[in-house]
Amino acid sequence: MNESPAKAIALHAGVIALLFGLNFVLPAYHHGVLARVLVLTVFAMGYNLLFGYAGLLSLGHAMFFAAGLYGAGMTMYHLGWGVPAAFLAGLAAGAVLSLVIGLLALRTKGVAFMIVTMMFAQVLYLLIYYFSVWTRGDEGLVIQQQARAIELGGTRLDLTDPTTRYMAALFLFSVVLVITLAIVRSSFGRVLVAIRENEERTKMLGYDTLANKLAAMVASGAICAAAGAAYVILFGYVGSTLASVQYSILPLLWVLLGGASTTLGPLVGTLFMYYAVDVTSAHTSAYMLVVGVALILLVLYFPKGILGTVRDRWARWLP
Amino acid sequence: MAFGPHLLLATLEGLVTAATLALMALGLSLVFGVMRVVNVAHGEFFMLGAVLAWAVASAFGGHPAIGFAAALVISPLVVGAIALVAERLVLKRLNYNPEATIVATIGMLYIIQQAALSLYGPEARPVEAPFTYRIMLPWFGYSGYKLAVIAASILLLGATWYVLTRTRAGMVMRATQYDSETAQAFGIPVERVYAGVFAVGAMLAAIAAVLIVPISQAHYLMGRDPLLLSFVVVIIGGLGSLRGTVVAALLIGVSDGIVSVFFSPTLAKIIATLAVAMVLVFRPQGLFGTAAR
Repeated sequence: MNESPAKAIALHAGVIALLFGLNFVLPAYHHGVLARVLVLTVFAMGYNLLFGYAGLLSLGHAMFFAAGLYGAGMTMYHLGWGVPAAFLAGLAAGAVLSLVIGLLALRTKGVAFMIVTMMFAQVLYLLIYYFSVWTRGDEGLVIQQQARAIELGGTRLDLTDPTTRYMAALFLFSVVLVITLAIVRSSFGRVLVAIRENEERTKMLGYDTLANKLAAMVASGAICAAAGAAYVILFGYVGSTLASVQYSILPLLWVLLGGASTTLGPLVGTLFMYYAVDVTSAHTSAYMLVVGVALILLVLYFPKGILGTVRDRWARWLP
Repeated sequence: MAFGPHLLLATLEGLVTAATLALMALGLSLVFGVMRVVNVAHGEFFMLGAVLAWAVASAFGGHPAIGFAAALVISPLVVGAIALVAERLVLKRLNYNPEATIVATIGMLYIIQQAALSLYGPEARPVEAPFTYRIMLPWFGYSGYKLAVIAASILLLGATWYVLTRTRAGMVMRATQYDSETAQAFGIPVERVYAGVFAVGAMLAAIAAVLIVPISQAHYLMGRDPLLLSFVVVIIGGLGSLRGTVVAALLIGVSDGIVSVFFSPTLAKIIATLAVAMVLVFRPQGLFGTAAR
């Protein structure tokens, strides 16, 4: 997979250029959807780093997304912080939370790891309710339009404007995509894959597997928190449903669908699933049915996802 | 009401919770113990049991006891059949891979929940208790039906213990749990044992639901909290240990009853969930279980 970095770099640059171009041709509705999909893709990319590459299946990533959401949302709502400071607050909240959870949860393996992460996420979800004086529970907080703007050297970037919002989402997506690609191609990324394939052997080769897994956990948590912070800044709402179990399951679904341990899989999966739910909810209200059937069919017949299958059959060089 | 009687009331309520929780957690624990499958859809089998109990009970006229008795027989059988089909169609084809089966049972959770929402609707509906006799204590009257639930649960737990330890079927199950490959080599049809255990686990959840539905109502989201509590019970009791499951159900049920009466229920849930996560992190074999092989 390393023999053609030029091909891979060209592909990623092409995807970003295509998304940039779409800004000018998409109708308003799909333009808005794509901005949201890009932010959620960042969430999925963070999940993919831990699940796809390090092989750690977490069922509690909603807590890192929520750390970003509430870290940014609460500081904007209650303390009146500006966008950059609030974003950093969300990012820091996610990084610290993932470090603490990682230190505890990584003592367990396999099924126990899945249950422990689910439980910690549930604790955070319940805490959001318990402190509803400040979080307003599932009613949530709405961030005022005036607050959602950046002052940049005299010019004011209004993030509620559709084009600015799309570009901000695309910017975050591109940065995280480049970071993921860099991690995957680095020696750190290869150690993670080695841990996924055979942890004992990796340990025997002299790698500190726990430290590497912890680093993956923090990187994954920080990326998911960045998605959460961007979500509240760009769309102006934070509520406890965004921290529920469902938001721990969705990134798993998106990554499985697009292809775990492929850099572009999260984008393909999120985009596909978002439209699948969007189209079906126009006809029925059976949105949960779509998610449920998709999960079972994927795990039965398509365990490698769309891009994973493409890589196996046609394009071995796909990162 | 004085503190003493209030505490007694809270303890009785906790015992009712513990009785149904023990049955449900036992189902989860059996499935995990024998098949090594974490069944996230277990709460939905519980919900299905309650919803079917309502459907059966309202189809029968006459005395409420007739409808309830019919529900107690039909509802677990239907849920068991559904579980059997799910096991054959999905879990078996995944070769019981632990991670793949978790994802698959999450899928089942969504499908069953949506089916209940579409076919049964978002309302909460009651089932009439088979009898309404109240036992008069010196301080307050207490529902005789709730005490009957506790008795029924003790009976069923005893029956399960008997089947597991004293019958051939139980021996086959324990052999499969201990070492499925050797069991297969000795001619035990391991796959059929798996299918049976998955169905029985779901039926236990359904029975718990039929018992509880005259007390709390049937609702399509009612599987969520019991699922979490069952996980708590199974983990604290040690995965796959019958005695541990019962002790933990008593501990969690009664303390949940008492804490919810005297403090905030949300706080009770937060503390219980956090405690369990810590147990899993620092003592993965559970408080009563022995170390994993």
